[in-house]
Amino acid sequence: MASPSLMDSLFQRSLDDIIKGLRHQQSTESTFISKVIEEIRREIKTTDLQTKSTALQKLTYLNSIHSIDMSWASFHAIECISSPAFAHKKIGYLAISQSFNESTPVILLISNQLRKDLNSGNEFEVSLALDCLSRIGTVDLCRDLTSEVFTLMSTSKVFVRKKAVGVVFRLFEKYPDAVRVCFKRLVESLESSDSQILSAVVGVFCELASKDPRSYLPLAPEFYRILVGSRNNWVLIKVLKIFANLAPLEPRLAKRVVEPICDHLRKTGAKSMVFECIRTVATSFTEYESAVKLAAVKIREFLLEDDPNLKYLGLHGLSIMAPKHLWAVLENKDVVIQSLSDEDPNIKLESLCLVMAMVSESNVVEICRVLVNYALKSDLEFCNEILGSILSTCCQNVYEIITDFDWYVSLLGEMSRIPHCQKGEEIENQLIDIGMRVKDVRPELVRVGHHLLIDPALLGNPYLHRMLSAAAWVCGEYVEFSGNPVELLEALLQPRTSLLPSSIRTVYMQSAFKVLFFCVCTYIEQKEDMTLEVSDLTSKGECSESSDLASAKAPVACDQDEGFNPRNSSQSYEDPSVVNGGHGHVSTSAFMEETSFTRESIVKLVNLMELSLCPLSGSYDVEIQERARNALGFIELVKRDILSRLLRKEANSESEDVCASTIVEWLHDAFYEDLGPVSITAQERVLIPDELVLKENLADLEAICGNVELTSSCSFSLRSPYYGESAGVSFSNHQVEEDSEPSTEATSLLTEHRRRHELYYLPSEKNETITTANDYAPATITIANDYPPANYPSSGINTNDDSQDLVTLTNQSLLPKRKPNYAKPRPVVVKLDEGDAAPVTAKKPEVKGDLLSGAIRDILNEAKPASSQSNPSDKSSIKKKGKEKLNVDLSDSKEDLAVREQPNPENPSSRRSKHRGHGKEKSKKSQREEGWGWKGRWW
Amino acid sequence: MIQFVLLISRQGKVRLTKWYSPYTQKERSKVIRELSGVILTRGPKLCNFVEWRGLKVVYKRYASLYFCMCIDQDDNELEVLEIIHHFVEILDRYFGSVCELDLIFNFHKAYYVLDEILIAGELQESSKKTVARLIAAQDSLVETAKEQASSISNIIAQATK
Repeated sequence: MASPSLMDSLFQRSLDDIIKGLRHQQSTESTFISKVIEEIRREIKTTDLQTKSTALQKLTYLNSIHSIDMSWASFHAIECISSPAFAHKKIGYLAISQSFNESTPVILLISNQLRKDLNSGNEFEVSLALDCLSRIGTVDLCRDLTSEVFTLMSTSKVFVRKKAVGVVFRLFEKYPDAVRVCFKRLVESLESSDSQILSAVVGVFCELASKDPRSYLPLAPEFYRILVGSRNNWVLIKVLKIFANLAPLEPRLAKRVVEPICDHLRKTGAKSMVFECIRTVATSFTEYESAVKLAAVKIREFLLEDDPNLKYLGLHGLSIMAPKHLWAVLENKDVVIQSLSDEDPNIKLESLCLVMAMVSESNVVEICRVLVNYALKSDLEFCNEILGSILSTCCQNVYEIITDFDWYVSLLGEMSRIPHCQKGEEIENQLIDIGMRVKDVRPELVRVGHHLLIDPALLGNPYLHRMLSAAAWVCGEYVEFSGNPVELLEALLQPRTSLLPSSIRTVYMQSAFKVLFFCVCTYIEQKEDMTLEVSDLTSKGECSESSDLASAKAPVACDQDEGFNPRNSSQSYEDPSVVNGGHGHVSTSAFMEETSFTRESIVKLVNLMELSLCPLSGSYDVEIQERARNALGFIELVKRDILSRLLRKEANSESEDVCASTIVEWLHDAFYEDLGPVSITAQERVLIPDELVLKENLADLEAICGNVELTSSCSFSLRSPYYGESAGVSFSNHQVEEDSEPSTEATSLLTEHRRRHELYYLPSEKNETITTANDYAPATITIANDYPPANYPSSGINTNDDSQDLVTLTNQSLLPKRKPNYAKPRPVVVKLDEGDAAPVTAKKPEVKGDLLSGAIRDILNEAKPASSQSNPSDKSSIKKKGKEKLNVDLSDSKEDLAVREQPNPENPSSRRSKHRGHGKEKSKKSQREEGWGWKGRWW
Repeated sequence: MIQFVLLISRQGKVRLTKWYSPYTQKERSKVIRELSGVILTRGPKLCNFVEWRGLKVVYKRYASLYFCMCIDQDDNELEVLEIIHHFVEILDRYFGSVCELDLIFNFHKAYYVLDEILIAGELQESSKKTVARLIAAQDSLVETAKEQASSISNIIAQATK
């Protein structure tokens, strides 16, 4: 039995051996390690502590450098720390602090050993235990050892004391009740003359105050004393952090502290200190103009340094300042723009953030142009950072800063063409979103989408497929604005679409279907028109002329029958050139030419569609198959009809015509509904009808759903997204059409159905109201049918908000280049009242933190009468009490000593208590009383 | 607060890891992999700060070693750079112009030095002299224990027990 142990002891490999072995056997590292681990497993079981600890040390090495699991050895680590020899203890503690965590099963076993070591006469053993506790302290350990740490906090050995203070943070964090024991001593340590202890205490308070600053307001005088008195930068930086947290809570404190901070900022030579002052001012002293100016000067100095660290921090400081003091960024615009081409990606990112912070309505076009140019030249990563930040900035608050949507949409197209672009998904969302929200931009949108679809380069980039699906959808949905539906259809059906994933391919197919349908529809309407005119003129010879005429009307005519169609833009009726705004006259004529379909061209289209979809009707993907079959079914119906017409060119058979238009009409109904943005809270806003009796056994669900508010003074109608009209559009058409009965069969069926089953419909008159985001518009608009209200004050909705914003923004903007005037007013952007963004769920504060701050407040307020309640918001009473206090301070210092025991200045009742509370107080060190008393004159 | 300290060689070998916040073994390996990928690829003239998972990593290269400390978002980067430098200076004084090999073969001593500088993720001792004194005192304690243990009579006594 003895021999293996002896062998182990005598011939055990030392740590050095292992390290050397590992270094020389690079190739078979893993086999070497597993061999060593095997040895360790054997060695660690011996009774000889020397052998055991060496084995443990080797294991710790392998764990920390080679990430070898050592949780199995936790018990052996505990054995080592109970050794009397310091060397073993040390190895054991190292192993424990490296490998133990909350879930280590044997962790409870070390409680006693830790206590023993904390009480040891050897300060180094104490220090080992404290280090260990600071690293692995659990709730149980912290609870058990609080009193030991408390004792150590007042030991004469500075070396141990500072460690004990350092451990206190962990103690408080894990076991808030420790506050009751240790907090006073911790506060007293703030008075310590030893800089190391002071540094440790301030470090603890810094961490504590960052979690719950309000509790530490009463200690502000102490911190203030350190702020003006200390020369130790380590300490000062922490104190500045504490004040950065405290100042926003108490304006008078901020007023008091700002000057010393500026003093430090002026005098100190240490850059870390300068930066801390800058950060403190930028985060918490933004109201103090002179301080901010001083900080801005210092930032400028940082920015002009060659050191990339200072440059980065300078930019970082600016971005902290940006939200409240944009001028500081604008002043340093040159450096910021320059930094965009810095070699350091981190600096580039910071400057990108700052550039985006400078974006406003007046300069968004300029800045985006600059950035897109940068993106073209940048590497893949930064290019996408740029694109991402452009996209996210521009879509903020429902495209708040975009005035010219035509420009923005073409910018989206341009961004998609940048070779590195990987933002397909984001562009997809925005294309569709803009299409639904901004009615005026649809022609341009279709044009851009069309160009994207025919661009051969894009199909090959998988990152852009999502974007392409949006382009396809937009082109299909708003095909009436397309200048060249034929080409569009060809683009949608091009063979290379097989490169797309099936989900996107189905979008292509559906869009192709819509386009084809539009063409057929146009053709039939045009045909009808022609016959109408032909019969009017009763001259068959003028066919060619009248067909031109008809085609000009065609896109409108097809919609005219269904006057209620919200897709029918009023502009297109009034002024066709607006529809094709982007194209100018050339394309307008192209539009006319292209949309005048001849039978041959329609047949060609139908054949093209049939040809491309036929192979897909047997696709394994169900979606593709289904859509292909849908389209083919339609083609089947239409084709027969059209072909038959083709045969009987001259002999116009009435019955055939009726058949064709019926099909078209029916299908038109299927597509006529316009899609609008839907509020994500829309479902919640639907009021529960009175008649609806919910099952009783579901009643307990209310507890779960109760917090979902039904705050809908204004609900959002899903069926009729209303696009407010911009100025200059007359509503006379709508007025005329308003009273006309819905003419299509489907709608009348729907109405009929609704009449009969009113119960299951949403109450339309009561609830179909829409609130536009514009405050100047009437709050709610009741919509009886699907019409926009006739007498809607168009000037009201034309974004008075925006013009006002514009004025203020142009005043603010210091950028030299800006676009002074806009050719056209900003189109109306449909906004939902509040449902646009996902609801921000407030983070629940940690329970532990609550306990901790509760305990600390208790401690700080412990001397005051129990009945008092803290009332931090009652500023006026604080002020009053403060004055009162001042008087007392001067007149009666004896009585005041008692009052000074209640340090919470936030608490009026603590002031009040001075009349009844004195005599209750325990006597304390006179130093402390001076500390508190001094604070009395403070506020 | 410092979340963790890493020492990584230029070749991506880990030389020291110290975790002040709880990370599981799996997370640790992941963190090391991720960070060495980020930090080792950065050029020499770039700034010493990296934003990473909502935290910041301050690193500095000394010879072939990268010293990295991960800190909270609102901690002072320059201060941490000074702490790193402080640590390096103390190591330098302790080992006598420290090199990577010193840390490889005395990995536990590097930990002991670090433990005297940081506690609970905060700086505890800003005086180099004091740290040197404390480490020396502990070393002598260890040495005496070792001498006792390694005396041959002791080993034999242990083995024949």
